[in-house]
Amino acid sequence: MALALVCAATLYPVLWVVKLALSPSESLSLSANPFPQEVTFRHFAAVLGASDSAGRWLFGRNLLASLTVSAATTIIGLALAVTAAYALSRFRFPGREAGLQTLLISQMFPATLMLIPIYAILQRLHLLNSLGGLALVYSTTSLPFCVWMLKGYFDTIPRDLEEAAVMDGAAPWQAFVLIVLPLAKPALAVTALFSFMTAWNEFILAATLLNDASLFTLPVALQRLVGEYRVEWGKFAAGAILVSVPVMGLFFALQKHLVGGLTAGGVKG
Amino acid sequence: MAEVSLKGIRKTFEGNPVIKGVDLEVGKGEFLVMVGPSGCGKTTLLRLIAGLERVDEGTVSIGGRVVNDVQPRDRDVAMVFQSYALYPHMTVRENLAFGLRLRKLPEAEIEARVKDAAALLELTQLLDRRPKALSGGQRQRVAMGRAIVRRPQVFLFDEPLSNLDTALRVQMRGELSRLHRRLGSTMVYVTHDQVEAMTLATRVAVFNGGVLQQAGPPLELYHRPANRFVATFLGSPAMNLLPARRDGKKLAGKGFAVEVASGLPGGAGPDVLVGFRPQELEVASSGFIKGEVEAVERLGFDGYAFLETEAGKLCARFGKGVEVAVGETVSVEAARDAVHVFTADGTALRHPANLG
Repeated sequence: MALALVCAATLYPVLWVVKLALSPSESLSLSANPFPQEVTFRHFAAVLGASDSAGRWLFGRNLLASLTVSAATTIIGLALAVTAAYALSRFRFPGREAGLQTLLISQMFPATLMLIPIYAILQRLHLLNSLGGLALVYSTTSLPFCVWMLKGYFDTIPRDLEEAAVMDGAAPWQAFVLIVLPLAKPALAVTALFSFMTAWNEFILAATLLNDASLFTLPVALQRLVGEYRVEWGKFAAGAILVSVPVMGLFFALQKHLVGGLTAGGVKG
Repeated sequence: MAEVSLKGIRKTFEGNPVIKGVDLEVGKGEFLVMVGPSGCGKTTLLRLIAGLERVDEGTVSIGGRVVNDVQPRDRDVAMVFQSYALYPHMTVRENLAFGLRLRKLPEAEIEARVKDAAALLELTQLLDRRPKALSGGQRQRVAMGRAIVRRPQVFLFDEPLSNLDTALRVQMRGELSRLHRRLGSTMVYVTHDQVEAMTLATRVAVFNGGVLQQAGPPLELYHRPANRFVATFLGSPAMNLLPARRDGKKLAGKGFAVEVASGLPGGAGPDVLVGFRPQELEVASSGFIKGEVEAVERLGFDGYAFLETEAGKLCARFGKGVEVAVGETVSVEAARDAVHVFTADGTALRHPANLG
């Protein structure tokens, strides 16, 4: 019963968005009924089919931009986080504690605070209005979380396994690649998903750093549907659904890895 | 097969000296068991031989080669971990082959070695399983198999049986002995279990507080412990030690006196400790000492009575058919010439002469 209530509370707004997307009108109808009276795919068609003044297919470009930035963020972020987290988990070196704390503290500032310095830095690097610059920014902002997340998981992998690998003839990097990484798959999956989603959904940085409409990521493009004088709620809702679909797909694809107790059985118990 | 030689080994962890100057030789083909209480440095010593830790001082040599600065993988030693440390994401076959693949052996050779080891350890049926689908004993055998396929110069074992139940431990102990006879390899084995030490070893090394107390064949250590620590550590129940003063051949303590036939060297002071193994003491109608029974352990065939005597606590055997009740006062008789004597600070002065 409690579960049903929670589910209803969670799903109600989602249903409402679906209703908006499918209803023919552009306005917010204020009925409590979350199911659409009339069904039309007009808004979806409009969002998908829109082109800019030069005749370029906007949704396609925005989708490509989002995919590029999110994928790049995931790859850069994960590659850096995995190696950093492993070092922080396994080695004792000067600055380890301080480094870990700095990473944590950096998470306490709101992202908007960083907006101006980031803007200034990217300007110097001539990376404003570029997807590469945006991916770089996303990677650095998601890095602390990824490092902590992965370090926590590495800490649970028994050191014996690497020592056994070393005794078996592995170089330290081989022990890491052949033993630790395969065992860390669940954590890698979660971290990758997190990085991807952060980049996929992020709005403020993207809106600030990009100004060429053909480079806009989907959230920015979506926001432009909310016009100055007129809000096209139907299109907005349809776009929102289209934007969420890939992330949902990714969730389902990685679900199996998200809850994997892979290390069970390797050492006693 | 190779010998291992440790000379003047010292190791400190964060300011705590763990190994305080150890010299130890392990001969070719020897089964050396390092035994001692927790924290005595035995595992550290094993890890120093393996190369998982570096010595602060001293030299480790394997097969005549100093390996202080040699990486573990180049020392040609294999180690069986207490936790087994099987790779959870690999099948038994992959676990066994892992070290050989890293060494880039030809695939046919790997296949053959894995097959041999699996047959030797009765793992053939399990080769395609993952570790989590194995029982404790099976995991233990895979861990040993992983060492065997390597055909290393030296095998290192870090308490490999401590996670098994008693019955399995007895069985694996037998298998380990058989394995050693079969392979004839040099093996260094760490345990805190004195029974494993006594039954497996060709030589036992007893450690306490980072110092080697005594090394030698198991029975030598049992019968001629070099000091009080070795005397009480090996043997169960532990050897009884009672304070006494010596006067020629006579040793007198509170409420008892015994005489030794021979072999009590002079020199040390008059205060000594007199030692009896509980198996050499018998609850009897008359004897050299009396005490009140505090506890009784009946083991079936015989049993042990734990007494409070004037001189201190004492444990003595009693045979089948003898009734011993808690609270009663009984006499204890010693077997002929059963007396060990130690100086007050614990160094052995004399052992019974008539030992096998």
